[in-house]
This record gives sequence, C-alpha cells and structure tokens, in this order.
Amino acid sequence: MFHRESGVFKTTYSADMALYPLPIAKWTVAVLALVFVVIVPFFVHEYYLSILNLIFIAIVGALGLNILVGYTGQISIGHGAFMSVGAYTAANLAVKLGLPFWLTLPAGGLMAALIGVIVGMPSLRIKGLYLAIATLAGQLIIEWTINRVPAISGGAQSSIEVDRPTLFGFSFNTQGSLYFFLLFFAVIAIVATLNLVRSRIGRAFVAVRDQDIAAEIIGINIYRYKLLAFAISSFYAGVCGVLYTYYFGIANYEQFQLVVSIDYLAMIIIGGLGSVLGTILGAIFVTLLPIVIRIFMENVGGLFFTTAEMANVISGLRLGVFGGLIIFFLIVEPEGLNRLWRNIRSYFRVWPFSY
Amino acid sequence: MTRFVKSWLGVAATTATLALGAGQAFAQKEVVFGLQCDRTGPTANVGTVLCPGYQDYIALVNSKGGVEGHKIKVLEIDNEYKVPPAIEAHERFKKDGAVLEGLYGTPQTAGLNKKLEEDKILGTSPGFGTASAADGKRYPYTFPIAASYWSQAGAAVAFAKEKLGGSLKGKKIAYIFYDNPAGKEPLAVLEDLAKDEGFEMRTFAVPAPGLEMGAQILDITGRFKPDFIISHLFGRAPSVSIKELKGKGFPLSKVVGLVWASSEADIIAAGGMGVAEGYNTIQFAGVGKDFPVIKDIEAMYKAQGKQPPKEMDSTVLYNRGVLIAALHVEALRNAIKAKGGATPNSEEVKKGMESIKGFTLGGLVPPMEITTADHEGGGWVEIWTVKGGKLVRTKEWFQGYRPVIQKHLAADASKS
Repeated sequence: MFHRESGVFKTTYSADMALYPLPIAKWTVAVLALVFVVIVPFFVHEYYLSILNLIFIAIVGALGLNILVGYTGQISIGHGAFMSVGAYTAANLAVKLGLPFWLTLPAGGLMAALIGVIVGMPSLRIKGLYLAIATLAGQLIIEWTINRVPAISGGAQSSIEVDRPTLFGFSFNTQGSLYFFLLFFAVIAIVATLNLVRSRIGRAFVAVRDQDIAAEIIGINIYRYKLLAFAISSFYAGVCGVLYTYYFGIANYEQFQLVVSIDYLAMIIIGGLGSVLGTILGAIFVTLLPIVIRIFMENVGGLFFTTAEMANVISGLRLGVFGGLIIFFLIVEPEGLNRLWRNIRSYFRVWPFSY
Repeated sequence: MTRFVKSWLGVAATTATLALGAGQAFAQKEVVFGLQCDRTGPTANVGTVLCPGYQDYIALVNSKGGVEGHKIKVLEIDNEYKVPPAIEAHERFKKDGAVLEGLYGTPQTAGLNKKLEEDKILGTSPGFGTASAADGKRYPYTFPIAASYWSQAGAAVAFAKEKLGGSLKGKKIAYIFYDNPAGKEPLAVLEDLAKDEGFEMRTFAVPAPGLEMGAQILDITGRFKPDFIISHLFGRAPSVSIKELKGKGFPLSKVVGLVWASSEADIIAAGGMGVAEGYNTIQFAGVGKDFPVIKDIEAMYKAQGKQPPKEMDSTVLYNRGVLIAALHVEALRNAIKAKGGATPNSEEVKKGMESIKGFTLGGLVPPMEITTADHEGGGWVEIWTVKGGKLVRTKEWFQGYRPVIQKHLAADASKS
C-alpha cells in the first residue's frame, strides 16, 4: 500500500497475485492493526470514533457497489434500496423472532442478495444507461413496497426500532464499543474483497467488464457471473444496511432513498472504480470532507463573516467546495483518488532520479 | 514566498489570540445549545428561514444579558436532511458539552432517538418524527414540543366540523397526502374519527415529489365531490394543490392544510395571496409580526444599525424557529432556577423542559404544558386563514379530539 520495491522483479504468477508483495507489507498491516485496534479506540475522543464508525459502514457499502460497478462494469443506482432490504430483513428478524445480530446480519445480506439477483436480471440483456434505468426501477419498486406493505415495514411510520447488538451479554451501546463492532465488519469486507478480486471470480468479473463477448469466448459464463456480481454486491449492501440499522437503532424508510444510491456512486467514482483502496479513500473523502470544511470555517471564517452569516456561508461553501473538488479531482485524475495515490507513489519510487 | 507565509502565520496567530480571548471572556458562564438545520438539502426552503429565527431569538436573549447570567452559544450544523451527518452533528454537540439540541428531519430524529436516550441529552423535534414520540415514558429524551401529525389531524377534523355547521354526519371529507410515512401517519386517527363522527373519508395519495396531482384533484373535485379537504403535503406540493384546486373551482375556504402546507411561501408560489383567498392553515406557532418578541428582535437589529433580515417576512417558518429557541431557553431558565443559579447539566435541562407551563411569549407559543408523560405539550394548534392578502387568525389555540389522540398513544405504547 505505502511501499514498493525499486523495480518489477516478479517472475511467477503467485508472486504477482500475492496479497503481500513485500515482506514489509506484513509489517504495515501489523502496524495498521495496532493503530486501529489498540491506539485509536483508547486515545481518540469519542466524537472522532463516531466519524470513523460512519466511515466503516460507508466502506462496506461502497465496496459492494465497486464490485458491481467498478469490477464487473454493471451500472446500478439501486444500491440504497438493497441496503433497505437488508435493514428491514434484519430488523424484522430481530424484533419479531428476537434473533441476535450474528444471525440477522447474514440473513439481511442473503435476502438483499436474492432481491439483487432479481433486480439484476435485466443486466443479462441490457447494459450501460439502460441497465441504470432498470436498477432505478428496482430502487423505486423496493421503496414503494417498504412504504406500502406494513408487514415488512412495521406500520404507518415504516420504522422498526431494534435494540443494540449484544454478544455474550455485552451490549454495544457506546461509540467506543460500536467502533469495534463496525471495525470488525469493515475489515472482513475489505479482506474478502481483496481476496475476491484476485480469485477466478474476480478476474471473470473484470473480463466481463472489459469485453463481455470476449469473456464469453474464453469460457466465462457471463450470465452466471453477472448475476453473481449482483448477488455479491447486494450482499454487501444488505450487510451495510444492517450495520446502519444497528448503529442508528432503527430501520427507517427515509434512510435508504435514491439520494443514498447516488452518494455511494459518488464515493466509488471519486475513489476510483475497480480498486479496493480507492473505495476506502472515496468513503473517507465523502464522509470527511463536509466535516473538515466546517471545522476549518469555524476556526477561520470568523475573520471574514459575522456569526449570523456564517451558518449560510458554511452550508453553501461546503456544497460548492465539494462539487468543485469532485470536478477538480476528476480532471486531474479521471481514475480517482486511487490513481492519484499511485501516481504519487510511483513518483517517489524512483525519486530523486526521475527522468 | 516568505511574505506569503508570514502573512498566513499572522492570520493564524490572530485567530489563536481571538479564540483564546473569546474563551476567556465567556469562560465563567456559558451554555451550549446544538442546532441541526437543513440549509442546503431537499427541505432547505424550511431550514433557511427557521434557523435564522432560532439564531435571532438566542441573539436577542444574549443581547439582554443571557439567561440568569448565562450566555448561550449556538452550535449550528447543517445535516442536509441526511442521517449520517445528523449522527456526526449529535456527537459533535455532545463533545462540546451541549445541554440540549434541536433536531431537524424525520429520519434524523428516528435515527437519534436511541442515542439521545443513551447520552441523556434532550432533542426537540417540532413537526418531525413520529407521533408516538409525544409519549415521554417511551422516548424520555425526545421532545416534539409541538402538535404531532395525529394532533393536527384531530384539529383539522374539529375545524371541519365547526365549518360544516357542527355535525359531520353524512359529510364527505377528502384526505390528500404525500405518499410517504409522514403523509400516512394521520390515517389511523382520521379513520377512527370517521367512524366516531359518521363522515365518509376517502384518501388520495400523491407520489413524491408531488409536483403533478392533476389526476388526484380531478378525482376529488369531479368524482368524490367532498364537503371538506384536508391536505397534508410537503415541499412544493402544497403550492401545486392550491393552484389545482383553484383551477377546478373548489372553494379554498373548505380546505385546510397541515403544518408543512401552510407557509407564506407555499401560498405565494401558488400564484399569490390573492389567489388563495380563504385557504386555511394549521399552525403550531403564531403567525405574523404582531408579537412583542418579534418587535424586540427588530429593535435589536435597529440598535445595531442594521435592517431586520428578510427571513422575518416569512413569518410562519421564522416564528417556528423563534418558538423552538424560546422553549429551549425556557427549559434552560427552569433548570438554572431549580439549581439556584448554577449551570445545569443536560439531565437537569431535561427536567426544566418537563416543567414548562404557562409560557406563551405573547401568544406566539401555545398555552402548552410539557410533562414527564406528555412531551407534545398538549397538541395545541391555531387556524390561520388567507384573508385580504395575508394570514389572519380564525381560531385561537385549541386541541382537537385530545381523548382520541391519547387513546392512540396508549395503544401504540402497549404494542411495543
């Protein structure tokens, strides 16, 4: 991630596919683990943990979307709806049957995967903008169903309250304990995706994305892999929805509307399509940028504006800077933050002897 | 280059000094209020007026020396009507030691109910969230402090009954609503009342974003031909409904809009006050500038040599901001008094909120009584009607079918 050998010395496929290209990579992971498991939760204020928690949930959802859009090339704007499928499945199981989170979480994911496959079926016949509209239809149908079917949504308010997740009698009810809860699933999601994309399935996804006819000719069952991509992506979305449900303590209709799908698309496009690191960077960027702009303005804006003006200035500036930065990043590097990071890294790889 | 760096260092140093200075000046007695807003999201038309109302009232209180010797600092965060930023905002308020917070948005309120209870910080959600949040036993730290959709529906039916000559037997009432959970919420109460009062009710759902309702209006005016219409719409939809009803020749004096279909902007966007003559609105805060507190805010601006802000002209939403701020300040005042002048913590402010009674701010705030059990304060509303180019009060503070609402609250509480 942060380090590279000074040239390309790989001579075998297994070396090329290795998760840890260099021995030092293992140490990096170990240090990261130390920082996030030991140092951060015990030395960082709860407020910052809450921001990290939101980032962890966003990472899970964004990874799922990137598997579908970035790796398999199937556009989806129904990601928010798949989250709601997971959320309501888990909430219903938790409230009506009293199941613990370690059962409701995979159940929510699986139900979302099932619905995802159904919504993804048009991808067998159409692609691009057509598929975007088909998934949009999926989003709207799922929204309508949740709004209109009380058996799923639990009444007029379409909200189901759930208790905090508990494990062996321990309740995750503070930002500090939820931090570990969410970190655990974010790490699983990251590791699973890293392994998925270097496996046969991941490579098949990339082949389908790059040229599906060619992929079919070299023996990839594109129907199967397209639907598999929808299933896996929706599974992540479902899990993300369940995590939101437990984090907020409620599954609510308005938490998973179309704008959420768009937000997640923004994350992976800013971060970099078809890249795990990019997804993480994108999730961090989209979650953190508004907060950073606000904190900056709170400290500096007082020099230029009165307190009454400030509220409007911060809100407006945040939208403006956010939009401006998206355009800026995509002009400077259309492949997103991930590519930007790689460019910086390859510059330093031969530094100071670049030519 | 060095000059550039130096000038920035200068700025940084000034900032630091200012921050330190400000910290010392207010260090002795300062209380922090958190306020969530929507100035840029889908409901920005509300947030950009309501939040200045809140800020202005707090500025007024501070300019008069604060509350019992305490200055109030408002920390405002724009949540864009999204849930994750609302969570972040709450954590930020908690970090900065806020004793209470004003919530904004129904999903945001839902997402924070549990957190408020765990962190023991009260949140107010006037016009947002579920009707069952009025039950203080069930949601101890959530305070709607204004009539819920249930209470509004009850009041709308009570008003219709009065308008239609004291009896609803055999009458027809149309309920046109935005097809989302908030729009559907009053249905339970309305169906109950239809049975009790013997009127026929039919519902007409308008799908989001509610800009096209020709079919529904035609259905109402052409086929159902109701005696009265209750309209529960949001955003730009109320304007469209007024325009369409007017176009079909339905008398607007037989229409009542619930609280988010009732601002001046909604009526003006429908073609101006003149077009909407007779349109009735339900309000949970007083309307217009004819209140001492509004005059005081204007005087405060004049004293600073400034013009009062243009948001003040949108009195429906601006006054709601003032109402929220006033109740926050009143809760703080009660808490400080109960503690004999010392700075209270968030739990004591919650008790202060639960002892608000007989505080009307010259008629802008209803005669509500917030108790441990009733966080809605009684569900009071007023009816204001468009007459001669402005909103005029037609019915003073009243509660519609309170026993029915309480029955529903009890039934809802026993379900969970």
